[in-house]
Amino acid sequence: MTGPILSIRNLTVEIPTRHGILRPVDGISYDIGRGEILGIVGESGAGKSMAGNAVIDLLSPPAHIAGGEIWVNGTRIDQLKGDAMRRLRGKEIGMVFQDPLTSLNPLLRIGDQLTETILAHLPLSRAQAKDRAIKALDEVGIPGATERINSYPHEFSGGMRQRVVIALALCAEPSLIIADEPTTALDVSVQAQIIALLKALCRNRGTAVMLITHDMGVIAEAADRVAVMYAGKLAELGAVRDVLGAPRHPYTDGLMGSTPLASRGKARLHQIPGAMPALDNLPQGCAFHPRCPYAQSICKTQMPTLADGDGAACFFPLPHTAEVA
Amino acid sequence: MLAFVIQRVAQSVLVLLVVGLVAFSMFRFVGDPIDNMLGQERTQADIDRLRTTLGLDQPFVVQYVKFLGGAVQGNFGVSYRQGRPVSDILMERAPATLELAAVSGFLAISIGIGLGVFTAIRRDGWAANTIMSLSLIGVSLPTFLIGILLIYLFSVELGWLPSFGRGDTVRIGGWTTGFLTESGLKALILPSITLGLYQMTLIMRLVRSEMLEVLRQDYIRFARARGLRDRAVNFRHALKNTLVPVITVTGLQLGSIIAFAIITETVFQWPGVGLLFINAIQFVDIPVMAAYLMLISVMFVGINLIVDLLYFSIDPRLRADRTKAH
Repeated sequence: MTGPILSIRNLTVEIPTRHGILRPVDGISYDIGRGEILGIVGESGAGKSMAGNAVIDLLSPPAHIAGGEIWVNGTRIDQLKGDAMRRLRGKEIGMVFQDPLTSLNPLLRIGDQLTETILAHLPLSRAQAKDRAIKALDEVGIPGATERINSYPHEFSGGMRQRVVIALALCAEPSLIIADEPTTALDVSVQAQIIALLKALCRNRGTAVMLITHDMGVIAEAADRVAVMYAGKLAELGAVRDVLGAPRHPYTDGLMGSTPLASRGKARLHQIPGAMPALDNLPQGCAFHPRCPYAQSICKTQMPTLADGDGAACFFPLPHTAEVA
Repeated sequence: MLAFVIQRVAQSVLVLLVVGLVAFSMFRFVGDPIDNMLGQERTQADIDRLRTTLGLDQPFVVQYVKFLGGAVQGNFGVSYRQGRPVSDILMERAPATLELAAVSGFLAISIGIGLGVFTAIRRDGWAANTIMSLSLIGVSLPTFLIGILLIYLFSVELGWLPSFGRGDTVRIGGWTTGFLTESGLKALILPSITLGLYQMTLIMRLVRSEMLEVLRQDYIRFARARGLRDRAVNFRHALKNTLVPVITVTGLQLGSIIAFAIITETVFQWPGVGLLFINAIQFVDIPVMAAYLMLISVMFVGINLIVDLLYFSIDPRLRADRTKAH
């Protein structure tokens, strides 16, 4: 297949409020190719999850897509409604939520939750769907899938439940998975397992993954490319090696500097001064300028744009020569 | 689970013993029934003879044990007023009340849950808002007023439905039913609406608020994200999760449908146990009152027991200890 699985162009999400219109996602564009894992990082409220919810059309009203285009497998989906959109969910776009303890219905057996999802999308008999459900559980590493299919969610541990959630998201073989903080609610020891599992399954099937997280370690571990979001905009986009190894946007640089590393010893952890501005109180020009150590007068009046493709949305991208800094 | 059932049954028996004590205390403390039973022309010999016949001359404890022993066998003594066994009178009257309560309960549950789900899903629609506003009437108007208004509208003004009584009934074994005749069914309409309206609106508002709560949960979003149809999400996933609190309240409400049938039965002169109880109070017919009290408490306790067992069938998390045991 040629072309990206997911292509987002100038996506804007708006929330009308009494104090005016907020834009939690403001004109972002990126592609995710077949078998590629795109990490989306940023602070809470940067618009990471909003963008994911917009793709699968699960924005909570009054938030809505106000502009831009979303293409999945060459089909434009941002204008689809009702049943047409429902058919895509699960079938073309799967989603994994943050907290496996709350994403499974406590009153239904996991087998029933799997088969109902399979039957909603594939023309199979109930028995075939059950076989497929067992296979799906087996693939995510649930031991004794044939018996466990009759278990209820509370009979699994947190890590096992997230495996079940992944099985549910993948059981109708979508070409795109949106994983919204899939490891945040898990024990550190389980996080790596889940990331490795997600990575392996998507590599084997060629599934594209939008991996939303605020954990730079997860990005470094799993993602091929990374998009850094700040106040609803893309700050930087590029291959993980480039962005994490040699950040060009001062914000990315600040984020990397604030990641605790054992190798740094007991040195004081760097902080980015200040906090991300509220959406109803964005500064003029570049939203990051009040916190940026390199800000110049142009940063306070004009909005830097991200050139098509990879790069940083910054007038003075790093590395700086001595006189600019 | 068996241990749980045994424990609950034991608790129920204790509750019934206490209610039995209260019911029995009425014999001792609510006036002297002999006064009512014998006319003005009584002699002391008449009084003594009747007192001995009814066992009222025996010590309190002996009378209580006798009362309990009789109650367990369904023998509540003889009605002071009608001079017939209380159990016979209750058996005669019970079908009328139970049929009325069954129809009211069915209406309350089916319409209540249906409208509750509807108003939760279409939460901002005009129809849902209208229903919610109207439901305030059901919650706030007293039962007797609703009954009287219905009688005024459908019996007096429109003349469509009877204003009192059960209509024609058919006798099947020891049971008289109004379900099989047209006049019997017609006579059921107004009383069952009157009796069930409060419960219906209560269930509806409860289902609505529980549904709104559940619809916000992650597993509902996840169900939508998997592309399940709205019907499956709303009914299979959401409604089932609202049922535990709904069943708790509904169970208690079904008990009160039977208990509060007194008011509806009085308004519509419905020949059930509630009307029997009101008449018994007027005549200080203590055996009837005591038996009624026992009957209602048995029903409440029984319904509560069923509700507790229903929890187990709905929520697998409560069955956890049993699964481990096997």
